[in-house]
Amino acid sequence: MSKKKVVVGVTGLNNIDSPGPGIPVIRALKDSEYFDVRIIGLSYETLEPGIYMHDLVDKTYQIPMPSAGTSSLLERIQYIHSIEKLDCIIPNFDAELHNFIKLSPTLKKDYQIATFLPELEQFESRHKSVLFEFGEKNDVKVPFAKMIFSPSEIYQLEDKFTYPLVVKGKYYDASIASTPEQAVSYVNKISAKWGYPIIIQEFVSGNEVNVTAIGDGKGKCIGAIPMRKLYITDKGKAWAGVSLEDNQLIEIANRVIANSKWRGGCELEFIKSNKGEYYLLEMNPRFPAWVYLSVGCGQNHPEALLKMALGIDVKAFESYESGKLFIRYAYDQIVSLSEFEKISTFGEL
Amino acid sequence: MSKKSYERPYIQKLNTGTMNKFGTKTEYAPVTAIEGVPVKKLIADYGSPVFVISERQIRKTYHEAVRAFKTRYPKVQFAWSYKTNYLNAVCNIFHQEGSWAEVVSMYEYQKAIQNGVPGKKIIFNGPDKSIEDLSIAVDNESLIHIDHLDELYLLVELLENKKKKARVAIRVNMDTGIYPMWDRFGFNYENGQAWNAINKIMSHPELMELVGLHCHIGTYMLSANAYSVAAWKLSDLAMNIQLRYEKTISYLDLGGGFASANTLKGSYLQGSDIIPSVDDYAEAITSTLLNFGFKQENLPTLILETGRAMIDDAAHLLGSVIAIKRLSDGRRSIVMDFGVNILFTAFWYNHKISPAQEFSHHVEDMVVYGPLCMNIDCVRESVTLPLLNRGDNVVVHRVGAYNMTQWMQFITMRPKVVLIDMDGKTHIIRENETLDTINQMEKMPKHLKSINL
Amino acid sequence: MYVNKNLAISDTGFIFNPSTGDSFSTNEVGKFIIDLLKQKKSKEEIISQIVLHFNVDKVNADKDLSDFFAMLKSYQLMLDENE
Ligand SMILES: Cc1ncc(COP(=O)(O)O)c(C=O)c1O
Repeated sequence: MSKKKVVVGVTGLNNIDSPGPGIPVIRALKDSEYFDVRIIGLSYETLEPGIYMHDLVDKTYQIPMPSAGTSSLLERIQYIHSIEKLDCIIPNFDAELHNFIKLSPTLKKDYQIATFLPELEQFESRHKSVLFEFGEKNDVKVPFAKMIFSPSEIYQLEDKFTYPLVVKGKYYDASIASTPEQAVSYVNKISAKWGYPIIIQEFVSGNEVNVTAIGDGKGKCIGAIPMRKLYITDKGKAWAGVSLEDNQLIEIANRVIANSKWRGGCELEFIKSNKGEYYLLEMNPRFPAWVYLSVGCGQNHPEALLKMALGIDVKAFESYESGKLFIRYAYDQIVSLSEFEKISTFGEL
Repeated sequence: MSKKSYERPYIQKLNTGTMNKFGTKTEYAPVTAIEGVPVKKLIADYGSPVFVISERQIRKTYHEAVRAFKTRYPKVQFAWSYKTNYLNAVCNIFHQEGSWAEVVSMYEYQKAIQNGVPGKKIIFNGPDKSIEDLSIAVDNESLIHIDHLDELYLLVELLENKKKKARVAIRVNMDTGIYPMWDRFGFNYENGQAWNAINKIMSHPELMELVGLHCHIGTYMLSANAYSVAAWKLSDLAMNIQLRYEKTISYLDLGGGFASANTLKGSYLQGSDIIPSVDDYAEAITSTLLNFGFKQENLPTLILETGRAMIDDAAHLLGSVIAIKRLSDGRRSIVMDFGVNILFTAFWYNHKISPAQEFSHHVEDMVVYGPLCMNIDCVRESVTLPLLNRGDNVVVHRVGAYNMTQWMQFITMRPKVVLIDMDGKTHIIRENETLDTINQMEKMPKHLKSINL
Repeated sequence: MYVNKNLAISDTGFIFNPSTGDSFSTNEVGKFIIDLLKQKKSKEEIISQIVLHFNVDKVNADKDLSDFFAMLKSYQLMLDENE
């Protein structure tokens, strides 16, 4: 059977020490038996390593920062599409998803570019700021949390929280504060970068376990792989991890995906409390950077996503291998100045 | 030898992180005309800076809002929120379209009367109404929205000596899941204040008639759902009044607060990408009202006091570059002939600024300052614009709401406001202030008349 | 005043400073000026060249050049003669 040729735009090429999921997603797609993919990298910065990985990324274009808005993004995609004829775009950054979700009907209707993203409402419903409600609605435990809009509110929380507590940004960043003073300083630091609200969350101690999963948007969980981090960088990112056999966790993941009718990839971050209860800490609305482990375990999630995006029928995976490890490594690419010049001055490479 | 066109020399360090100009052309694409009238001509004819309002845009936005609500709900009435923009010409566009007037002071009230709005179609809101104000409103049969108990007692006192009955509503504040909760205006729903106030009003049937319930849950509301909560709580009060007193409340006034497409400071995403559409708001409100369980004949009229979302898009501020400077840390800064004195909303919005002439593709990050000799006079803390020069013109977008009312005569005087009508003709609807305008109001004590320097 | 002779400028206005590793982007007039600086032209000579080739008066060319020099210095692309 000859493979189906497709052109896929992928963001998140920042394969650095706190990596974006772009390169792992691309590797998964390149492994596909079904597709023959041409990868169009979509980058924000000129030093994203993926731009220069020519064996994985066939061509890269710079795209405007999410803060520039959907009209700028659409204009850029129109330009890229006029050259590359994109079949599908897989965005991988939390901060850009809002805009891509907003544009997805236009992309489909006017340009026949597929995406496979949650609805805006679903996307908002798992937001850190409302995760507690999300948990209640979808029958999963979530640590108690409250939004705040100024550092001074920390002092009014004394009756609701005990220290330590977790200070979280709207999109990224989380720090554990053991005193109100520390909390205030984290609030200031995180809000300077991501704005308000800031989420204050109950600290649950225990072991962190994560799940990478994918839903079909109709209430079916297509696949889910649980993983425990074995080695964590100073940025809290997994450097190595191992897939787990954990039926209870798979069941919870299935329930969340089913109840929320999640469409697309996601990462569920749980903490298994000392009593053995699972608390959902976060639901990231896209694949995690370790999604390639899913391929290693026998479930190619990015390929499944691409199939569903293109309207190809996908059956739910029934099994996976536990005890598979991923171990990340850093790799120094050698790049000529002229390549850097091209992406810097023309925004294309 | 013919000379090449000149653009001032520019150099930018690469990969400093934030700069990525690819695909952001729309951000700084030049805007050379407003409703077909060239920016250069507007500035030549009316000076710089100048506010320019499009009548066509106002009517268009209004029609869209009316369509969104009337196609979903049988009884809808808009009331123009005067404080948003009370230039008489602007008010009269709304009144021609059928809007009533919503005012919060005797000054605004008199403006509405002078514009020809019948007293019955004026909604009198706000915490500051004197006994004289109330008396006029009662005489004119205006809708008095009571804000606090002191006002209610004052009204009772007034009405005991009057032969006329007042038509009143109360303003209700409530938790709609939105932060911050506006609980300083009106009576609280959750703690029973509102129900108490209703009982007090209903105990004076000879003096006043409770015709409506009002709320205004906040401004620039990013959640349409908050309105469905508000509509539910007002409906709940109305239903309880029906049950307890067999009195049908004739209208529910959901206030204003719909967001305009401006981008709030501190917002990572563009305002236009995150605000609910007018259809979203309309759906949230009307579906709640329709499903609440009112009998068909008791269905209340829905009043809306939408302000910023009606007018923001319709106005632009045109201005000119006074100087370009370099700050001590190397950042580019640019001084405009307009500042926070006339662009008050620059305090909470990152207003979009477009150049009014063509430039090359080179752009730089800069701080935009106004002309005031005050440190707070900053229009944009960071914006990417082409290489502007002294004398170049710019267009500031979405300035229709709250600027032409909250502007201040500080250090310099306020500029002209020009309306472009449906045929593209321009009209001055407010003259610029002059030294005489200001001096007219001042009085000089005799002993200070002469100075000798 | 001089700029590093080894400064690489491409036609696209991309500049690479091999002694610091920094890269920059400049526009047409900026490139024109840096080329003249590499030929050790004085400020006055550069101004008259700008006025000769571009549509600008001397006062503005002078003002913009001073600002440009300040930027070159702050980026350590230009050093005073005696340094
Ligand atoms: C009582 C009342 N109604 C309506 C408005 C108009 O609000 P907006 O401009 O947010 O629509 C205001 C504004 O503050 C108000 O106080």
